[in-house]
Amino acid sequence: MNFNMKKHNIGVPFVSIILAMLVGAVAMLLAGYNPVSAYASFFDGIFSSPYLMGETIRQVTPLIFTGLAVAFAFRTGLFNIGAEGQFLVGQLAAVAVGIFFKLPFFLHIPLAILAAAIAGGLWGAIPGYLKAKRGVHEVITTIMMNWIAFILTNYLIRTYMKAESERSMDIQPTASISFEWLSDLFQGARIHLGIVIALLFAFLMYFLLWRTKQGFELRAVGSNSLAAKYAGMNVKRNIIKAMFISGALAGLGGASEGLGVYGYMTISSVFPGVGYDGIAVALIGSNTSIGVILGAILFGALTFGAQNMQMASDVPYEIIRIVIAFIIFFIASSDIAKSILGLLRKIPLRSRKGGA
Amino acid sequence: MPLLRPGGQSYQGVKRMALAVEMKNITKTFYGMKANDDISFQVEKGEIHALLGENGAGKSTLMNILFGLYQADQGEILIHETPAKISDPQMAIDLGIGMVHQHFMLVDNFTVLENIILGAEPRKRMSIDYNKASKEIETLSNQYGLKINLNSQVRDISIGMQQKVEILKTLYRGADILIFDEPTAVLTPQEIQELTSIMKNLTSEGKTVILITHKLKEILTIANAVTVIRRGKVCDTLRVKDTNEVELAEKMVGRKVTLQLNKDEKEREGLVLSLRDVRAKDNRGLDALHGIDLEVYGGEIVGIAGVDGNGQSELVEVITGLRQAQSGEMILAGNNISGLHTRQIHEKGIAHIPEDRHRLGIVMDMTLSENLVLNSYFKKEFNKRGLLNEKSIKAHARKLIDKFDIRTPSESAKIRALSGGNQQKAVIAREIEGDPKLLIAAQPTRGLDVGAIEFIHRQILNERDEGKAVLLVSFELEEILSLSDRIAVIYEGRIVGIVDPKETTEQELGLLMSGRSARKETVE
Repeated sequence: MNFNMKKHNIGVPFVSIILAMLVGAVAMLLAGYNPVSAYASFFDGIFSSPYLMGETIRQVTPLIFTGLAVAFAFRTGLFNIGAEGQFLVGQLAAVAVGIFFKLPFFLHIPLAILAAAIAGGLWGAIPGYLKAKRGVHEVITTIMMNWIAFILTNYLIRTYMKAESERSMDIQPTASISFEWLSDLFQGARIHLGIVIALLFAFLMYFLLWRTKQGFELRAVGSNSLAAKYAGMNVKRNIIKAMFISGALAGLGGASEGLGVYGYMTISSVFPGVGYDGIAVALIGSNTSIGVILGAILFGALTFGAQNMQMASDVPYEIIRIVIAFIIFFIASSDIAKSILGLLRKIPLRSRKGGA
Repeated sequence: MPLLRPGGQSYQGVKRMALAVEMKNITKTFYGMKANDDISFQVEKGEIHALLGENGAGKSTLMNILFGLYQADQGEILIHETPAKISDPQMAIDLGIGMVHQHFMLVDNFTVLENIILGAEPRKRMSIDYNKASKEIETLSNQYGLKINLNSQVRDISIGMQQKVEILKTLYRGADILIFDEPTAVLTPQEIQELTSIMKNLTSEGKTVILITHKLKEILTIANAVTVIRRGKVCDTLRVKDTNEVELAEKMVGRKVTLQLNKDEKEREGLVLSLRDVRAKDNRGLDALHGIDLEVYGGEIVGIAGVDGNGQSELVEVITGLRQAQSGEMILAGNNISGLHTRQIHEKGIAHIPEDRHRLGIVMDMTLSENLVLNSYFKKEFNKRGLLNEKSIKAHARKLIDKFDIRTPSESAKIRALSGGNQQKAVIAREIEGDPKLLIAAQPTRGLDVGAIEFIHRQILNERDEGKAVLLVSFELEEILSLSDRIAVIYEGRIVGIVDPKETTEQELGLLMSGRSARKETVE
């Protein structure tokens, strides 16, 4: 049903990307850079070698998780700004299980991933509970929970699992989801099993929402909570469930980073940002599973390609943040893109008339 | 601004009256559908001209064009016989056109005075000149018999009073052509009478009134002329004295209609629902139900008559478990249902057609087939170990689409795409299909056209004839009177009288509804 993006939904992001790149080109010209060579090195930085493609996929993976988390909450009528914090507690839980448990890999990996899902889920369920039972708006609570997660994870790493430098100890190799054969396929890029898990959960989200009784309730509660209540559904319980699942998805993203890319967790002075980017990814993907995957690819590729652009043609990384910002701007104000699409549709019609 | 008066000769003596409004060949298309198709329409100065048509016939579109909310694709408007281009409501107001909307546009916690002058405040240096404003408004209200306390807050006054505020608002802005959009929908019979005399006062003072309505009786008592619109086209313009109810109804619908329901006598059966001293609070925490006692038997329709806001919504919500009662006892066919959840109550046999189908009855973003299982999706038929059985959900939908004649492109169409009447049919299909013991129908025909109303009334009567108990809540007295076997009048959260529809009049009901206890006629 909604697994495939509807026709009109594809046009808007596409036009928005082109428009945003034009705006980026103008910004480059104003700053005295050559946009053509900049964009050339930008695309080189994404596609030109298996290594770069592998690294792009690495960049995309956590965004799929947080994008799914935000999209899922949106579908059920909730605005989860807390993917950031849920991601962090998920990462911490996965890394902690990775460090302190000694198990064969076929138990260790699932256990670490499960711990991350539960930790992220509970972190999301707290705002869900407060919303359902006390009417506190989830935007406020999830933002506050982000800060709590941020400070709490740093504290726990420093107190209980600190290594020499400002990071946690390494996880046991049995908990790692980074595999040499996979890296070797991509010339040693840090691609890992997380991308497979991400795609699996994208499908599971679609399946849950559109094929199950639980999904039916979540969608009904999300689109019209009064009608859901009238039909005898337990609205409050569904809100808590939705926030748990949303948080679990973000937590899985944390596990994927912790177990796949680094094998440890750093004591950080800034938010990783993937949770906030997840909001934009969900928006670009119009809250569908396939849309989130495409949105995450776009976002991850832009971010990663920008690093190469900076190295190869000396254009600052921030230019691409401008492009990203304008993509979101044009999608959010989709009327601009729609009117351009409208114009594009009219042109062949007119020329046909003229020819006749 | 001063208006150009048309040539003086047409005022007196001459056959042709001056025209206040003339709309010529108006066409307006929405998404390829012609809402107004070459409509021409004339209103004489000083008359009450009714615009009659079913929902979706195009009468509101036409008036919104006159008031500058929409632009016509083609056609011409003349105000006082001068061509006018009205591209927004402010231009309409400047031309002396005022609109009293169906849903009032008032600020609840402002006073009457503040609401009237809002956006057109007279100023004295930096501040608002309230004295000047209240003097002007008092002059107006005396002139037209619109008595009202300027210092009350709008949230404290009745709906009828709020409507007067809306009328004063337009007069204060210098309107001399007033458009009323379904003005009687929310009023008691007494308030309707008062409104009628206000409208007559307005026209005797030289104002012109356009009345949008689908109520035939109203036209016959209030209006001088009537223009009937059907499917975007004008069918006819008639002088009211030359026509009658049946003719108007047929012109409006385009076929013969039965205004009188054929209702067979029916012996009532066993007790189905009994309420004892049920009390409940409203959303603001104030007492809404002050001890309701009510019984509904199988095979009878009990109508709850009352003005909006006297506890009807709360009563329905308490019975269906959407609101918790403070105290009291509710028995359904021998089972105590007090304190049960909505789903449990539904499973025990209470079906509920909610008063606001958009807010409660359907989920707009879901498909028709999903909406048809909104309160049965969890049953074995549709749900196997947590997975939805899409095949049987769709088959179920196709069955109901056939049985209840729901017009839809397919069972997988979003219910948003259906007309209001068909959405309501879907709700009714879903509720009746569950074979309930008690059917609660709250405002079942609100906003629907004559054809759909006929169908829905038929369905409700069928349920009664099959021995089901029916509780009907409606603000339309005609509906209550023609369907009910017993009428319970609710006023300020109490049942103030139970009357037999065959032995009562609208007048008597109106008195009960406004809290003035008439001679108490209790029919058992």
